Amino acid sequence: MAQITADHLGMTLTIDDLDHENKDFFAWCAKGEFRLQKNPNNDLVRYPPTTRCPWTGDADSEWVKVEGKGTVYSYNEVHHAIQPAFKAVAPYMLLLVELDTQKGKPSEFEGLRVAGNLVTADGEMAPPDMVKKVGIGSRMRLVLKKLTDEIALPMWTLDEDADQPAKPWRYAQE
Amino acid sequence: MTLSSVSDIDASSAKHLADKYAIAGIGETAYLRGSNRTTRSMATEAISKAMADAGMKADDVDGMLSYSSGDSTFSPFIAGDLGIRLNFYMDVFGGGSSTEALIGIAIGVIEAGMCKTVAIFRSMNGFSQVRIGGTGARSAVPVKGDELHSRAYGWQAAGQMFAPTFMRHMYDYGTTPEQVAMVKVTHSQHAARNPKAYYKTPVTVDDVLSSRFIVKPLHLLDCCVETDNANCLIVTRAERARDHRDGPQALIRSVVGRCCKPRIDMHYQAGPISTVAGHYAKEILWPNAGLGPEDVDVTGAYDAFTFTSMLQLEDYGFCKKGEGGQYVSDGSIRLGGKRPNNTSGGHLCEGYTHGINMVIENVRQLRGEIDDACPMGPDGKRQHTHDYSDTGTCRAVKDVNVSANLGWAMPGTGSAMVMVKG
Repeated sequence: MAQITADHLGMTLTIDDLDHENKDFFAWCAKGEFRLQKNPNNDLVRYPPTTRCPWTGDADSEWVKVEGKGTVYSYNEVHHAIQPAFKAVAPYMLLLVELDTQKGKPSEFEGLRVAGNLVTADGEMAPPDMVKKVGIGSRMRLVLKKLTDEIALPMWTLDEDADQPAKPWRYAQE
Repeated sequence: MTLSSVSDIDASSAKHLADKYAIAGIGETAYLRGSNRTTRSMATEAISKAMADAGMKADDVDGMLSYSSGDSTFSPFIAGDLGIRLNFYMDVFGGGSSTEALIGIAIGVIEAGMCKTVAIFRSMNGFSQVRIGGTGARSAVPVKGDELHSRAYGWQAAGQMFAPTFMRHMYDYGTTPEQVAMVKVTHSQHAARNPKAYYKTPVTVDDVLSSRFIVKPLHLLDCCVETDNANCLIVTRAERARDHRDGPQALIRSVVGRCCKPRIDMHYQAGPISTVAGHYAKEILWPNAGLGPEDVDVTGAYDAFTFTSMLQLEDYGFCKKGEGGQYVSDGSIRLGGKRPNNTSGGHLCEGYTHGINMVIENVRQLRGEIDDACPMGPDGKRQHTHDYSDTGTCRAVKDVNVSANLGWAMPGTGSAMVMVKG
């Protein structure tokens, strides 16, 4: 099976050639554009890539540009990494950032909650002092961490231009 | 915060099956870290013990179901070892929440006339072969396709995957680390009365909160133990169960299998993520059972983590939405409380078997055959003291008529079962 590969933190990422949805998604990211699939029949975009519209089952879709801004909806903070690639960067954060785009649509409790690690503006895994600054409510902007010409990973960094909450919600124990 | 409920589930069609099937036999191996034998060897022991418990011989069992993630031995090898000729078997892919789902499948298979009696087993060297916590060989395999949206971010192990739900519950409802820690504290007190439990030493809230962080909000002691063990349940019609064994039976009243939240491909996209699959599953479980949470005497809410017990007890309606932290910390779930949970010590303390040992424990509670250290009477039965004080050894709950098991695969998927004494 032909496939594309990339290296990230010493770990191998692969996408099979026949996996068109993922290949397209990450290829757009590698070009510096965050695009999601939109169903032209209802204008709803979805994350992550799927083969059909999750709300209607429509097969048609087009890749549309989506603004990479949003608010931390929830997170975890890994102190005991299990994947060898992550042992050197712990503690690290996994953020679910709810995009401003399509928030609360098509129903009240839905949203595009895009996963990514907390990184510096340069796309490096965040140092421990930065981890302590981020919590639920933090305003984030997307960083596309380019690995090859075909794959970049969406990541999140603090939005320097946004009004940040005085104290984002963080787990009680530091 | 409210969430619309399921209105299109017809939960009335299966009522004619209520109480018609029983968990006729139960069997388990020792809960160990280092079994020094194959999953095949453990499975044959667990099934053979369950057959003995049910009063059945090889000719009485003609169906087999197992679940694993490729870390077990398939049914044909086990059946061969036990001299069982199968009329039906399937080995399915699955971990937590498989138990109750497979019980439902077994009932359906027997109803369809495909076989008469099904042995369901889970055999795993979760410590010494395939580490259930996700460490070891599985952590290093290349990240492929859809996994680029999760494992590429170091988002892989169960605790890592579930943590955003746990965290958001604390944010939405003010649930505190101290409240959640009480799940471990309580289960450890139960395990102290269980000679089979891997961890038998009671712990305190401070012990939990001062143990090291694995992935916030989980400390080491918020996570279950990894063990090597096999468990078996035998499912058959109630009258057949009675033909083979005297005494009270654990009858299956209602079962829900692998009920899911929307967008189960990535459930964090839909709904308040602090709500779990039990929100939907309860609308099948309780109407089919013809009773509700207030009628339940003992629960087995899956405790892969402290949080998973709390979230399920809450979403199945044992308390109001958002009050799970209060419910698990106010004494309700401990022996002597209103509705004890995981009286064996569960996955946090007894051992990890992807949910099946929690069903075994509730079968024992319903039968009045809890294997604690209470003295044996002249009739060969334990004389349960129901002394739940710090010095007591009893873990039998008094007058158990109804139990509920709440199985967990992940925040978006769960299974459940109500059993009654009959």
